[in-house]
Amino acid sequence: MAKGKTIRTRRKALETESIRLVINGQTYDLNIGSRFGEVEPFHTLSQTLRDTLGLTGTKLSCDQGACGACTVIMDGHAVLSCKLLTVECDGKTITTIEGLRDRDTGELDPLQKAFIDYTAFQCGFCTPGMIMTARALLDERPSPSEDEVKEALSGNFCRCISHYQVIKAIMSVAQKER
Amino acid sequence: MDEMDDKRVNYRYIGKPMARRDAMDIVTGAVQYTDDLKFQNLLYGKVLRSPYAHALIRSIDKSKALALTGVKAVLTWQDIPDFRGGTPRNVRVLDKKVRYMGDAVALVAATTEEIADEALDLIEVEYEVLPAVFDIDSALKPGAPAVYEEYPDNILPGGTIIYGENCLKGVVRGDVNRGFSEADVIAEGTFGYENIPNALPPESVGAVALWEEPNRVTVWGTTQAPYLDKVTLFHVFNRQVEIRTIAPQCGGGFGTKIMCWLVQSYAILLSRATRQPVKVMFTKEEHMANFTLRVGSRINAKVGMKKDGTLTAIQGTWYVDTGYYSFTTQAQVAIGSGELMIMAQCPNWDLKNHVVVTNRNASGATRGFGGQELKCSFIPLLCLAMEKANLDPFEVLKKNYVKPGGGYYWRDGNWYNFRGVDFSKAMNEGAEKFGWKEKWKGWLRPTLVEGARRRGIGVGVHGNADIGEDAAEAYVQLGYNSTATIFLCVTEHGTGQKSNYLKMVAEVLQIHPERISMTPADSLVTPFEFGPVGSRGTYAIGSAVIRAAEDARKKLLEFAAPKLGVMADELDTADGVVFVKSDPRKGIKWRAMGNDRTILGYGRFEPDFTMCNFMMSFVEVEVDTETGKVTLLKVVNATDVGQIIDPHGLEGQLNGCIGSAGIDSAIFEETVLDRRTGHIMNANLIDYKWRTSAELPALEHVVLETPFPSHRFHAVGVGEIATSPGPSAILMAASNAVGTWLYEYPVTPQRILKALGKTGNEPGGAR
Repeated sequence: MAKGKTIRTRRKALETESIRLVINGQTYDLNIGSRFGEVEPFHTLSQTLRDTLGLTGTKLSCDQGACGACTVIMDGHAVLSCKLLTVECDGKTITTIEGLRDRDTGELDPLQKAFIDYTAFQCGFCTPGMIMTARALLDERPSPSEDEVKEALSGNFCRCISHYQVIKAIMSVAQKER
Repeated sequence: MDEMDDKRVNYRYIGKPMARRDAMDIVTGAVQYTDDLKFQNLLYGKVLRSPYAHALIRSIDKSKALALTGVKAVLTWQDIPDFRGGTPRNVRVLDKKVRYMGDAVALVAATTEEIADEALDLIEVEYEVLPAVFDIDSALKPGAPAVYEEYPDNILPGGTIIYGENCLKGVVRGDVNRGFSEADVIAEGTFGYENIPNALPPESVGAVALWEEPNRVTVWGTTQAPYLDKVTLFHVFNRQVEIRTIAPQCGGGFGTKIMCWLVQSYAILLSRATRQPVKVMFTKEEHMANFTLRVGSRINAKVGMKKDGTLTAIQGTWYVDTGYYSFTTQAQVAIGSGELMIMAQCPNWDLKNHVVVTNRNASGATRGFGGQELKCSFIPLLCLAMEKANLDPFEVLKKNYVKPGGGYYWRDGNWYNFRGVDFSKAMNEGAEKFGWKEKWKGWLRPTLVEGARRRGIGVGVHGNADIGEDAAEAYVQLGYNSTATIFLCVTEHGTGQKSNYLKMVAEVLQIHPERISMTPADSLVTPFEFGPVGSRGTYAIGSAVIRAAEDARKKLLEFAAPKLGVMADELDTADGVVFVKSDPRKGIKWRAMGNDRTILGYGRFEPDFTMCNFMMSFVEVEVDTETGKVTLLKVVNATDVGQIIDPHGLEGQLNGCIGSAGIDSAIFEETVLDRRTGHIMNANLIDYKWRTSAELPALEHVVLETPFPSHRFHAVGVGEIATSPGPSAILMAASNAVGTWLYEYPVTPQRILKALGKTGNEPGGAR
C-alpha cells in the first residue's frame, strides 16, 4: 500500500471515529477510542483480534513481523496482523483461523483436515499461522510445487520442526485441489 | 503377564497412527494457551529491569508511578519478605543487588499493559554500578568481582538436593594414570560450546496468579511441569502458602519451561498485593534476554585411547557457565556427566567440574540438559585422538557406547548396570541408510569437491538414562458407561504424550480411546507428577498411567467376579464387557457397576536408572569456500525405541533434531553477548533467526523396535535427545569439508573463511 494512501485511510478512520471490519463473515463496527471495546489508533490488528474481539486463535509470538505466528488472510492475501494498525484495515475483509471452516456446514477446511491426518504440528502454537499462509497460497495457486510451498511458508517459524509434516499435509491438499 | 507376551499380540491402538486428542482444537484455533485465557478484573504485570549488569540499588522512588491512574501496585525488594529460589536457594525474587542486565528491580500491576509500561518509566532508581564478569575466564580470575557475596570465587556449590545427598558431582573411577600409560594415543586440549544458543519456543513465558485469603494462590502458567512448580513455589514462599498450579496448553517447552518459577513469583506477589488476578507475560525480547539460555560449556581435558578405539582414560575439568544463577545447572552437571559415561565406556575417569556464575542472563534447563553441552565439548577432543589413531569415528562411537553388561554412574551417585538393548544394530542400519562407509574418506578429507564447494560428513551420538527418571503417579477412573478418565498432571507441550496415554489406557482396558478423557493438569485434582522432562514421558509417566489402568481393571474384574460366579482371574474385559475367558459368551457389561459407582485405580512409578535411550545422527554439509557458508544437506538419525507408540508423534520428535538449539546451534544459532556491557545484542526473532522451510535438509530416521524390559508395551522415550548428537557432528563434518579443524560453535562464514586463511579478521559473535 502506498504510504500516502495509508495516511489518508488512517486520517479518514480517525475523522469518522469508527471503522468497519468484516471478520469471518461477520461485520464489526468498532469505535476509535480508549474505552473498553474500542480501538486505539496504536492498536495492531493482532491486538484487536485477540484482546478486543476475543479471537485468540491468532497467535502472537515475536510481535515484530519475523515469525508469522499472527498470520491472517486479508482481502485474499496472507498478512502479518502484528504489523498492521487496526485503523488501517478499515473496510477490509479478514479471515482468521476461527473462520476457516465452512460457515454453513461447519466442515473443516481440507487443510485443517490434512493437518490433523498428518499430525502436522507439535506444540501447535505456530499452526494457525501456517494454515492461514497455506490457505492464501492455495487460493492463489491451487497446485503449487513442493518448492513453492516451502518458499511460501518460509516466513512461518516453527521451533518444533513441524515443517516436514506440514509440507506433506499441504501437498496432499494441493494434489487433491489440482 | 509374561514380559514378552504383549509383544506378540497385535495391538489395537499402540503403534497405530491416531489423530491427536487436541488436533481439532489446534487446527481451528480453539485450543487455549495461557495468554488466551480470560479472567474477570484482570490486571497486567510488568517488570522494571536493570540497565546495568552488576549494581547495588541505592534508592527507588516509586511515588510517581503509584500516582498514575490505573496503577494498582508497585513492588520493590523493600516491599516483600525474603522469598528465595534457585540452587542453592539463594536467589531473592527481588533483591537490592542486580546481577545481570535485565535483572528485576520492581514489579508493577496496572489495569492495562500500556499503563503498566508507562509506570515503569516513572520509577526512579539510583544505582551504584559494580564491575562485572561476563564469562568463565573473567569470573574465575583471582580478585574478580563476586556475583554473590556468599560465593567469592564465583563457583556455586556442587550437587542438588533433589538428587539426594550423594548427587553425582563428577566422575572418579579406576586409575587414570594407569589408563594413560596403557593408551596408544593421547589427545589433550580445551574445547567449548559457549555460544549460549537458546532453545526457546514460540510461546513466551508467563503466568496468571489469583491470591485468595488468607494464604492460598492459584497459578495458571506456560509451564511444562505444573506439579513441580507447585513444589518449587511452596519452598520459594517459605512453605507458608498453599499453591495450586494449573497448566493450559503449552506452546512449546524444550525443557526451558520448567524454569517458570520467577515469572510465576512475580504474578503471585502482584496478586497478593492487589487481591486481583494478575497476568505477567514476558515479551519476546524478555523471553530471549531475561529467561533461560543454554549453559555455556568448556572442558580442559585429556583422553587416552588404544589403536583399536578402546578408551583407556578420561581426565579433566568441565566448566559450566550458568549466568547469574542456577536453578537446574548442578542437576545438568550430574546428568551430563552420567551421559558422557553412557557414550564413553572407559575404565578410568577423573572428570571434575565447576558451576560458574557470571553477570549475564541465567542458563538452565534446556533440551540436552547438560549432556548435549558436555558432548559438544568432549567429542571435538575425542576427534583429535581418533585422528591420531586413524580411526573411523562411527566405529569408535559404536564401540564405546554402553552395551548390556556395561554401566554408568547416574545422578544419585550410584553405579547402574545397564539392562537395556544393544544399540549396535540401530547404529549399523543408520550408517547404511546414510551411506557412511562409502562417504567416509578419512579425517579432514572432504567427501566431494566441486569447484569452490566441498562436502564433509560427521557423526554424533547421545543417550540418557532419564527415561526412568523421577516418580510419577496417576489415577484411572472407570465409569459405568464403558468410559475412563485419566487423572494426570501433564500438560500437552508438543510431544503428543497426552494422546499416547489415552492409547496406553485404551490398550489395557480394551476400550476405544474416544471413550477416555483426561483431567486438566491441575495440582488440586491430580496426584504428583514430576513433568514430561527429558525423555521420561513414555516409560516413567507411561508406567504410572498403565499401572493405574491395570489397577482399575483388576478392581473391575473383582467387582464382576461374584456376579458371574467365578474368580476374578478367570475374567477379562473388552469393549465395555467383562467376560469369562473360557466362555466369552458369559459376561456382564460395565453398566452393571450402576451409575452411582466409579472404580478408581492408582498407579505409581518409582525411578529406575538401569536403562538409557540412544540416538546417533549422521550429517552431511556443503561448505562454500568462497563465501564461507555452510549448508546442511542431509541428516539421518538412528535410534531404537523398543516399541513405537505413535508413528507421527515420534517422527515429529525426531525431526526436532534441527530446531530448539540442536543442529542449528552448530551452524548459525548463537546468543550474541556484548562482553563489555552484558547486553544481549540479538534478543529478538529478527536477529536470532530460526531455520525456515525454504532451507530444510533431506531428513531420514532409522527407528528399530527391539523390545525393552520397560513396561508392558516395551517402549522407551527418545524425544529429548534428538537435538544432542547433531552439533558436534556438524563441527566434524565442516572440519572434514574444509580440511582443517574447526573448534568453535557455530561454524559461521567468518570462522570458515578464517580457517581457510582467507580473512585475518576475528570471528564475530560468541566464543
